[in-house]
Amino acid sequence: MNALFALLAHLSIIAGVFFMLVAAIGLIRFPDFYSRCHPAGMTGTLGQGLLFFGLILLQGLDGVSVKLALVSLFVFATNPVVTHAMMRTAYLEGVEPWRKGDR
Amino acid sequence: MNIFLFAAIGMIAGMTIAAVRAVKGPTFYDRLLAVNTLGTKTTVLLALSGYLFERPDFTDIALLYAIMNQIATVGLLKLIEKRSLA
Repeated sequence: MNALFALLAHLSIIAGVFFMLVAAIGLIRFPDFYSRCHPAGMTGTLGQGLLFFGLILLQGLDGVSVKLALVSLFVFATNPVVTHAMMRTAYLEGVEPWRKGDR
Repeated sequence: MNIFLFAAIGMIAGMTIAAVRAVKGPTFYDRLLAVNTLGTKTTVLLALSGYLFERPDFTDIALLYAIMNQIATVGLLKLIEKRSLA
């Protein structure tokens, strides 16, 4: 059973690193601010959730794992809110979205 | 080459790629988004450093940085929209 948890934890950490890299590459490749918010907000939140889940599985039930769960839940709850607030402020301040014909 | 070193190198690579957008972005909001993404990656890197250096106290620093990242970004957005911090 311990070997199964260790394998699941390693896979989860590798998947978390992959999603974080996808978020970073998506920041470069997309053509517009509004479309760049999507990979950075969504995949970044998922990546850190998977990575912290893997760390908790490696640690076992401990005081440190409770703190790791708290950190992960806090980022999971507030990162989408911050992304929405950024897009809303940019819309109210008049940033123009990208249409299919430009550039 | 254990799993924590691999994850830390992946995080640093992601931070470098996000910093390119922080330098290049034509509008102000691009740079703000890049700094917020950098903050999320820093939180993960702090938690991983606790495992690399075998000090379990780094999770407290990660929690503190996550809170400060959120408050700084939302505070800056409020300053832009309402022209005051009240």
